[in-house]
Amino acid sequence: MIGETIALTRREIKKWLKNPFLLFMMLVQPVIWMGLFGKALNLSSFVSVPPEFLSQLPSELQAQVPDLLDQMLRETFGGTTDYFTFMAAGMLSVVVLFTAMFSGMSVVWDRRFGFLNKLLVAPIARGSIVLAKVLSSVIRSMIQVLLIFGLAFAFGLQVGNAFGVLDFLGVLVAVFLLSLGLTSLFLAVTMRIKSHETVIAVANLLNLPLTFASNALFPVGQMPPWLQTVASLNPISYAADAVRSFILHSNAGLDMAKIAVDFQFLIGFALIFSLIGILVARTGLRKG
Amino acid sequence: MYVIKTDKLTKRFGSLVAVDHVSFTVEEGEIFGFLGPNGAGKTTTINMLTTLLNPTEGSATVGGLDVEKQDGKVRKIVGLVPQDITVDDDLTGMENMMLQSRLYHVPKDVARERIKEAMSLVGLTDAANRRVETYSGGMRKRLELAEGLIHYPKVLFLDEPTLGLDVQTRVVMWDYIKRLRDEHKITIFLTTHYMEEADVLCDRIAIIDHGKIVALDTPQNLKDSLGGDVIELEFDEATDSQIETLKTMPMVKDVKKIGEAYMIKVSKGEKALPEIMENLLKMKLRIGKVSLVKPSLDQVYLEYTGRSLRETRGETGEIWRRMRHMRRVRG
Repeated sequence: MIGETIALTRREIKKWLKNPFLLFMMLVQPVIWMGLFGKALNLSSFVSVPPEFLSQLPSELQAQVPDLLDQMLRETFGGTTDYFTFMAAGMLSVVVLFTAMFSGMSVVWDRRFGFLNKLLVAPIARGSIVLAKVLSSVIRSMIQVLLIFGLAFAFGLQVGNAFGVLDFLGVLVAVFLLSLGLTSLFLAVTMRIKSHETVIAVANLLNLPLTFASNALFPVGQMPPWLQTVASLNPISYAADAVRSFILHSNAGLDMAKIAVDFQFLIGFALIFSLIGILVARTGLRKG
Repeated sequence: MYVIKTDKLTKRFGSLVAVDHVSFTVEEGEIFGFLGPNGAGKTTTINMLTTLLNPTEGSATVGGLDVEKQDGKVRKIVGLVPQDITVDDDLTGMENMMLQSRLYHVPKDVARERIKEAMSLVGLTDAANRRVETYSGGMRKRLELAEGLIHYPKVLFLDEPTLGLDVQTRVVMWDYIKRLRDEHKITIFLTTHYMEEADVLCDRIAIIDHGKIVALDTPQNLKDSLGGDVIELEFDEATDSQIETLKTMPMVKDVKKIGEAYMIKVSKGEKALPEIMENLLKMKLRIGKVSLVKPSLDQVYLEYTGRSLRETRGETGEIWRRMRHMRRVRG
């Protein structure tokens, strides 16, 4: 079982690495998002007072207003005044979502091209087929997250002044859990689907709400209550929140209680969905 | 000793009966062919025998193992070369083979030897380290065949092994398949809808139509069962009594009218033809076209299914699938 899983995981990773264009595209997409959302739609810039207005204010207010705005932004963006930093941290979780979607699609490809049958004829444990899909997707996610993190840093992501190795590891663990859960979720959904069109439709259907009904790109505080409820059930919110907390780790310290809640949710999500994924996949692979 | 035995093997998909109470045995070391049009149930039968599908009814054993209850053990002794090309384009031939050897738990050092052996058997040694993307359709099929050999299967299932290949490559494939049986004593079960393939390769053939076996024997016996040659003659509309006269001729066995032509079944075509023509001229019947058809599997197929293979090709709405397959085969 272990040997087979490794062999199949290696196949997936090899295929991925041998396709530099795909790898490139998978990086370009988040970069475009960071450019468009993070830089062009820079929410922070809407909350500043132009100097010519500021100079008309009474002098005691001139000092207070920027401070007040600063405070407001920190409140909204969970500890940073820079919207780009806020969304780039969230982007790391969205990247995981994109990768998980791809792995769902690859099952359908394998089925269509008969590769799945080849695996089913081989004397291997059914579980290893699913496990390899999950593993390879998790590995891909982690590599992409590292690359995007580096790119975001180059584009001006401002880490907190106390950000250290442990925080970095914390980011990776949060991303790992999210990836495990989301890949299993997509595998469970796509395991019995036979056409690409359906998978793409399903992926699109899940993609948008999962991305936007979360705190990954926009602060939840500004959303209507019903959307806040949705966001509070969305695993991406918790991963993005944990990742952001670590990245913004400042001298003020980490809000451990909040991070604990994030991780509780993420661990639960990853466990439940990988179990469901494996169970559904096994039934999905059962003979007709 | 039989290696495969099926007993009223049946598969239903909803109301469609894809395989209908099929019973046969395959002997050890035999090349056994399933001949029939698309949609006749060939692939479904293979899928049941290789544990990809469970039978709806009936049973089958491979190497004495029940395909339904002992599927794990069956998988260890069978190899499948599927109809679709499933080798991975992004990997090299070698990497594909290595992956296959891992899936069949062949130890690494043994695998290296066997890969070398299998790749040279199918003539891919030089291309082993090239990406499959650069392979021709025939090379892909051969790599697929090599993959099926990695674990030294007892029974090798070949689903349409030469579909989409050109004539020369097809002949080369036949040669490989024969060598597998002759040199490695592998029992081979293949499906095809090419008459000449079944004729050249198979020790025995089962003709399958609408999920049922309609004939099963050696190619020679099947041809002999037709009872001789057929003379195809076009001549003026004959009266019943004239036809009766023809039927009473010593070498004539049967006269049938199919379309414009009369099909006259005779024992020795070359001798009977001049006599029949003489007789027709005596009856003042003008002769249009004449041809002498020696027994072929085509003829056998026509006899047993009432259709020629050409007519039935593509009638199952599989054309699109087939075209997609061809594109992929040709790369």
